[in-house]
Amino acid sequence: MTWKPRLRPQPEPAAPLDPETTQSLCARLEAAAQTRLGRSLAIRHVNTGSCNGCELEMRALSNVLYDLERFGLRFVDSPRHADVLLVTGPLTRNLRTALEQAWDATPDPKWVVAVGDCAVDGGVFKGSYAVLGGTGLSVPVDLTIGGCPPPPSRILAGLRTLLEANTR
Amino acid sequence: MTAANEIIRAAEAEVCRPWLRHILTQSDWAALAHASAAESWILLAHWADTIQAHALFLDPDALTVVPVSTPIESGLYPALSPVLPGAAWYERMIHDLWGHEAFGASDLRPWLDHDAWPQHHPLAMRPHPNTAAETPALVGIDQDGAMILPLGPIWGQIDEAAHLRLTLNGPAIRRAESLLGFTHKGTLSLMRGKSPRAAARFAARLSADATVAHSVAFAQATESAMDAQVPPRAAALRIVMLETERIAAHLDNLAEVGRLADAQAVRTRCGFLREILLRASEAAFGHRLMMDCVVPGGIAMDIAEGGSQVILRALGDIASQLSGIRRLHDSGALPAQLTGLGPAGRTLATSLSVGGVAGRASGRAFDVRTMFASDYSGLSPRIAIRTEGDAAARQHLRIFEIEESLRLVGAALKALPDGPITVALPQVSGEGIACVESIRGDVWHWLRLDHGQIAAAFPRDPGWALWPLAERVLENAAANDAALIRASFALPASGMDL
Repeated sequence: MTWKPRLRPQPEPAAPLDPETTQSLCARLEAAAQTRLGRSLAIRHVNTGSCNGCELEMRALSNVLYDLERFGLRFVDSPRHADVLLVTGPLTRNLRTALEQAWDATPDPKWVVAVGDCAVDGGVFKGSYAVLGGTGLSVPVDLTIGGCPPPPSRILAGLRTLLEANTR
Repeated sequence: MTAANEIIRAAEAEVCRPWLRHILTQSDWAALAHASAAESWILLAHWADTIQAHALFLDPDALTVVPVSTPIESGLYPALSPVLPGAAWYERMIHDLWGHEAFGASDLRPWLDHDAWPQHHPLAMRPHPNTAAETPALVGIDQDGAMILPLGPIWGQIDEAAHLRLTLNGPAIRRAESLLGFTHKGTLSLMRGKSPRAAARFAARLSADATVAHSVAFAQATESAMDAQVPPRAAALRIVMLETERIAAHLDNLAEVGRLADAQAVRTRCGFLREILLRASEAAFGHRLMMDCVVPGGIAMDIAEGGSQVILRALGDIASQLSGIRRLHDSGALPAQLTGLGPAGRTLATSLSVGGVAGRASGRAFDVRTMFASDYSGLSPRIAIRTEGDAAARQHLRIFEIEESLRLVGAALKALPDGPITVALPQVSGEGIACVESIRGDVWHWLRLDHGQIAAAFPRDPGWALWPLAERVLENAAANDAALIRASFALPASGMDL
């Protein structure tokens, strides 16, 4: 004969939730998460023939004084992981396919930012046989950041504007 | 007298200040190639214009620079690459830009021309319109089980555009082949027909982390061609900018290698110090990278009032941190990763004429500051040499060179002469060569002026020597180390893509 407890402690079945409260909490959480956590952009740098001046200033964005990542901005290794293509250089003819492939690989919604005078309109290299002259001639550009090269503070300001616009 | 010198003596010469450019017949040119290989002359650069092919040799015993030329006959000239392997990429570049073919060349595949330009041979007298031609093909390996790992042209996190194809056998690299030319911007054709002052903007944009070095070499070549002398104040401030650029670039490289080797302390400190220096440069010279600050005839703008103090304060900050940075490279995780990584031997470095940190780390005592730069003579720069040739040796040399450059900038600022900062340049014809020790090694600029305008020019970036060296070093390295090896050589692309 097996012993069976008469008083077996068991949780009671849960009462149904109030759907109205759930709904309103959901909405509040989503709004809070969007403003607090949703402010993040993954950036892929695409070099289209830059002299590496813009790259130097973009690399400076990761140093402790600018600390790009505190704004939720980070550089990623593949355009497939990116929200933003940060394009530098006057768009040489030899790199046009590379830029278009990177653009195709980036999932929608995506933004293209042209960094530096070269990427804006070809800069000093305008009119060369080897240069198309600006990112906009190959893919649609959303934001341009001028300068030769633009200082990190200006690149950062541009990216933060994009972040702000993205969360609205 | 040696055989190579005999060939040179017998030839007629043109003035190419500060040296003579010897015009050789095609047979003498070919003979010189053999003689130079036998006497271990070093090929510094190889280029062309519409009627001649040029080469720049260094005689290491006499420490003289020998420019030679040979006429192009029905589109052909004798190739140097069978005897001097370092000439192969130059020959491919000459064919792509001018259409001259090196007969007997070891490699005649296109280099800069990826079949995307509207014309072929854009610098030739009569460029050909583009009618679908061959695109550059890589060699690769026909071997069962070999895996091919193509990298670039869009690669790394923030990097220059170049393509590297690694053939792997398991984790080991069996063959590394690079393809450049992606960032070719047609710089030489843009410079042609412009005044040196206007063309200096293109020289400054060959490679931005060596922008001062390229600008100074270009300006000095112009001044030699015109036989002009820059005022002492301009010469001293050029040295301040050159050495400041060297400190900033070496700090950047230490930070980048630190990032890839997961040494966050090195990355943070060096990145921070570099930013302090760049802000000081902006305060003193008006531009963070000092781009366009050097112009033919002098410098564009005098150092700002109080600029010396700002620079010296930044240098003091760097000096105070340097021993800590050196300690991080001496013990802990970083030396464990870098010691023995990517070793380059002295023979290889010499045969490819690799200068700069990479050359000196492998035992080649070559620094043009101590040889051909008269402006430096009052400062007597010291150079250090390591013999290990590995990444650890390169990083240690970078730290040493930061220390030495701190001293040079301090000394140059202390003894800064008063006076004008530019000299008016005459509208004359002439030819000149100049060299400057950049962050990666020796930069050479040659140009020919026709009544004050540029008729032809060629800049030789250290990349021409560094990339072939990196290809050889990557062979037999582990695929996982490729990024770190690449970073420790600080491989450029834009400067040699022209």
